[in-house]
Amino acid sequence: MITITVGLGTCGIAAGAQAVYDELLRQIDPQHIQLRKTSCNGHCYQEPIVEVFQDSKLKGVFYQVKPVDVATLLRTLLATKPSSSSRLGQEQRVVLENCGLIDPESISEYIDRGGYIALEKARTLSPMDVVTMIKESGLRGRGGAGFSTGLKWQFALNNPSSPKVVIANADEGDPGAFMDRAVLEGDPHRVIEGLLIAAHATGATSAYIYIRAEYPLAIKRLRHAIAEVSAAGKLGNVSLEIKEGAGAFVCGEETALMASMEGERGMPRFKPPFPAQSGLWGQPTTINNVETLAAIPWIVRHGAEAFSKLGTEKSRGTKVFSLAGKVKYPGLVEVEMGTSLRTMIEQLGGGTSSGSPIKAVQMGGPSGGCVPESLLDTALTYEDLQATGAIMGSGGVIVMDQATCMIDIAKYFLNFIQNESCGKCTFCRIGTKRMFEILTRITQGKGDLSDIDELLDLSTQISKASLCQLGKTAANPVLTTLQYFKEEYLEHIVEKKCRAHVCKALIRYNIKSELCTGCTLCAKRCPVSCIQGAPKGCHIIDESCCTKCGVCLSVCRFGAVTVSTGVVS
Amino acid sequence: MTPSWSNLATELLQRFGDETRYAIPILQAIQTEQGYIPIPLLEAIASKAHHLQANQLYGVATFYSQFTFTPKGVHTIKVCMGTACFVKGAEHIVDAFKSALSIEVGETTVDGSFTLQTVACLGCCSLAPAVMIDGHVFGQVTPERVKELLKTKGFGL
Repeated sequence: MITITVGLGTCGIAAGAQAVYDELLRQIDPQHIQLRKTSCNGHCYQEPIVEVFQDSKLKGVFYQVKPVDVATLLRTLLATKPSSSSRLGQEQRVVLENCGLIDPESISEYIDRGGYIALEKARTLSPMDVVTMIKESGLRGRGGAGFSTGLKWQFALNNPSSPKVVIANADEGDPGAFMDRAVLEGDPHRVIEGLLIAAHATGATSAYIYIRAEYPLAIKRLRHAIAEVSAAGKLGNVSLEIKEGAGAFVCGEETALMASMEGERGMPRFKPPFPAQSGLWGQPTTINNVETLAAIPWIVRHGAEAFSKLGTEKSRGTKVFSLAGKVKYPGLVEVEMGTSLRTMIEQLGGGTSSGSPIKAVQMGGPSGGCVPESLLDTALTYEDLQATGAIMGSGGVIVMDQATCMIDIAKYFLNFIQNESCGKCTFCRIGTKRMFEILTRITQGKGDLSDIDELLDLSTQISKASLCQLGKTAANPVLTTLQYFKEEYLEHIVEKKCRAHVCKALIRYNIKSELCTGCTLCAKRCPVSCIQGAPKGCHIIDESCCTKCGVCLSVCRFGAVTVSTGVVS
Repeated sequence: MTPSWSNLATELLQRFGDETRYAIPILQAIQTEQGYIPIPLLEAIASKAHHLQANQLYGVATFYSQFTFTPKGVHTIKVCMGTACFVKGAEHIVDAFKSALSIEVGETTVDGSFTLQTVACLGCCSLAPAVMIDGHVFGQVTPERVKELLKTKGFGL
């Protein structure tokens, strides 16, 4: 029997996988070939991906398949050699072990791969034994803070009041992070199993999955999975419900998340009381990130020791990172903690997409920072990353090459933070806005040297006077870029120069008359139609309406389009 | 108060319940079904409910980015401004949409066909820059592809 699988995650669908699936469905003979859906296996750069199995053995993988390729694909089906992906061999998959292999809408496929064995095993153990096991595994929260998961559970277990609540935090808000989406779309039962084990270990009878509304496919697959697990009678005495977020980054913070579930504005509250003492509607509450929960079934199945063998002394196990930005092979990778940042980006990610050297790597989203190329040998552990000024965060990794402006990036994050500040603390609400304004001024060539001291001063004050981590870490993108890329700040301020050719106010596009052949290509491709010129005549850019998008530069085959920056002498 | 708002308010309270915890689900239903949050409807709900006040509903609705107080266009364009999309030129994509539609971010075209928005992250970072039109994600968008995208009928694939 031949089986063909198509990866239908959000990324696969956006790359055209649904059309490939439909075409396969139209052309195959169902008597001989079985067509299956699966989700993303993390190799997003190769989507749409079609895999061929004969008697459950992988016979071939087809990358970047288009509907027109389907006929050829079916003809040569078994003639191809299995092209094993070099990347998978270097990964250590715990959380992602099923992603891209099983049909996320089939509980039986999950069970066939060992699903729900951990739940059954956990339920034969006492809650304290489960808590001890998770503590011994060394698992730390994968949402960012890195707190011991077992200890968190113990706090809730020790609280005598009831009823208790467990919540899966699927409000993956960090721009640049998408591992939770991939797990929810590709292996939703794993998260549910982890959550049900958490409920058993803490004594909770209500379980919720709080998920952001921007993930419609993940929500759909979770609903399907909940219906399946409920029909299979595996919920026990636990009620399980999905709560959809309404679009607020700060709701990833646990006290804001609870406020949102209670029907209020998602504003963080003062801790203590911690959620384990008094959480949702005053009940003892345990909140874990999706990736944390997804690691739980593996730990219970294989034992605490198997997990704690992976990684380093303080950072045990594996971590999923989402590689994106200017990296050659974007997607998800799961590696043992302690692997170096350089290995991950250069070997698994293939280096930069442009081939130009790496300038920096942004880790940990808006609370994180930019690690310069010189520190790429840093090990991926909570402590080592923190020492650079960045953080592990949820695992978003954005690779930046020479064409990325570090002040522009700092401005981007401050804009994000000042938009998403809930407004409760004055220093965060107003301070981040002032920082954004200063950075905007600098990128416009209107900066002053005193702006740098002003930024440092505001950073200290906002960090000291904010209640939650959003405010406390708001200045990190500015602090790390100032620490490692101060000369770029000075260039913007003093020389009015943006070396990356990004800051629009500091760059000018020009067409060199001696090189322009009048081929009209730039004028045709200009999205704002601001290039004038007759065929075979020299073309001119009308600067008054030029948006400096760079399309003309990228399409010109004669090197006639140039970009300049800095004070014209 | 128009009678239809009054009836709708009663129906919503019956469907979800008269408790603070249902504020967001109620607003989400209104946003989906009406395409925006009509203030008179919030007032109608508050006048009938015991535990939901108009100021509270308004406060919640203004806090979350999912809710809008003006009707949206037939098609909603969400340009992703996540970090990966940003470093790969998402601002140029926004500029191209603004120029092609002659509107600013947050606005709707005069004929009511398109609303332009930016979103924090669609989670499709490997396809950056990404754009979501009516729930369909398009990856590796270029400023040049913008005009072509706007001509796509139905926005299916």
